[in-house]
Amino acid sequence: MNVSKKIVLHFTPKAVDKPVVSHLIRDYGLDFNILKASISPGEEGLMVMELSGEQKAYDKGIRYLQESGVEIQALSQDVTRNEERCTHCGACITMCPTRAFSLESKTRKVHFDNAKCIVCELCVRACPPRAMELHF
Amino acid sequence: MAKTIAEINEKIKKGQAVVVTAEEVIDIAKKKGVATAAREVDVVTTGTFGPMCSSSAYLNLGHTSPRIKVGGGRVYLNDVPAYTGVAAVDVILGATAMPEDDPKNRIYPGEFKYGGGHVIEELVAGKDVKLVASAYGTDCYPRKKLETWININTINEAVLFNLRNAYQNYNVAVNLSDRMIYTYMGVLKPRLGNANFCSAGQLAPLLNDPLYKTIGVGTKIFLGGGIGYVAWHGTQHNPSAPRTENGVPKRGAGTLAVIGDLKQMKPQWLVGTSFLGYGATITVGIGVPIPVLNEEILQYTLVTDADILAPIIDYAEAYPQRKPDVLAEVSYAELKTGKITVNGKEIPTASLSSYPKAVEIANTLKQWIKKGDFLLTDPVARLPGVESGIKLKSLEERPLP
Repeated sequence: MNVSKKIVLHFTPKAVDKPVVSHLIRDYGLDFNILKASISPGEEGLMVMELSGEQKAYDKGIRYLQESGVEIQALSQDVTRNEERCTHCGACITMCPTRAFSLESKTRKVHFDNAKCIVCELCVRACPPRAMELHF
Repeated sequence: MAKTIAEINEKIKKGQAVVVTAEEVIDIAKKKGVATAAREVDVVTTGTFGPMCSSSAYLNLGHTSPRIKVGGGRVYLNDVPAYTGVAAVDVILGATAMPEDDPKNRIYPGEFKYGGGHVIEELVAGKDVKLVASAYGTDCYPRKKLETWININTINEAVLFNLRNAYQNYNVAVNLSDRMIYTYMGVLKPRLGNANFCSAGQLAPLLNDPLYKTIGVGTKIFLGGGIGYVAWHGTQHNPSAPRTENGVPKRGAGTLAVIGDLKQMKPQWLVGTSFLGYGATITVGIGVPIPVLNEEILQYTLVTDADILAPIIDYAEAYPQRKPDVLAEVSYAELKTGKITVNGKEIPTASLSSYPKAVEIANTLKQWIKKGDFLLTDPVARLPGVESGIKLKSLEERPLP
């Protein structure tokens, strides 16, 4: 069975110096698509990627990453909407390149589909009441 | 059959008034006809919830011992400067004020995360706010420095006083240039990448009383979750804007100045707001009841999104250079489909004003009136109408000597 998940990799300063992603691809036969990366030698790093492959290989790959000192977070935990601050105006809708926001036609409320989010962060600063929150 | 506000208030007191929202009244009139609807419906409630920059709060801080005269000195509330050019301990906090050390647009586009609007929201939420003041000292007000916390519940007055709110219609903003622009109408992508609009449309107060037949000075309203009043016509009130045959303006036209006790308002309806690259402001909730005095007044409340046209304006060139160019007119019904066509290109639309919240405000006001908690007021003066000849003036510059 194949799986494809968007994950966030947190690199400790030590892990930054190791070619973990290269090992991950070569040794576990996984496909990846980097959505975002911010890594500098000797500092903490962060990478958002879509990782896909056969379930068993995927699980082994994730275990390898964790053993190498990389913390893993599911992407859905990373960009969230503060429901108390959201006014459902809709300013985010046209900002999002992956159409993660949509209007419910009857109530005209804004729906946020986390699964479509690629953490580009465009909505975060374009949201007038700043209801979109990043948790890295 | 005409009704008076006094008669409607008698029904409200007895819990017998028929109150519907400006959205509901459209269907009622369709089913029952205008004459019957006008006879049966007593009040139509409207609502709007959008960013309104010309908003402010004035506070009386109370006197310290020894006394300080912050008037003519400096006052910061959570580091945001307030206006002090009034008496000893009165200050005015504007929604767009920014801390002096905020980088603003020096790092472009600036984030404007925290400004006067956010301080107003925190005050209303009952949070303590840091007050730092400096003064020049006088014989009767010797103190020169003050640092303390204030709380809305322990200062004398806290009053929301907004110079221009509830714009009767507004521009649709687009960007014809080749670069991203950051405006008070939101982020506008290059080459007609998106279009932003800002009106509650068929629910908006002044679009349901387009000729100001019932809304006037002294009209009691829902303001920021509490009770407020129309204090005056708002700044830039422009009744001479072009209108359709049914009197509905096709451009930004009338505006309201509103006032109310901040202490009984709610942070949910006064939300600190940030526009990337533009500034901080506040999103204000306003609801106005329209007494159905006769058939004509009911007829005006039947306006639908399809009947209201707004001008599409280029915010890269026409707006900043104050050119009158309008690319096209478009109805709110079209805007709310999520896309419009401009210069042959289909572009996605988004709203800055929240329609679901406008519905909630109109419904809340409806419940207040139905329960008998909220009586209507007779305006004490009318807002300037078309007959006033008032037109929006521009500032024509003159050279200084």
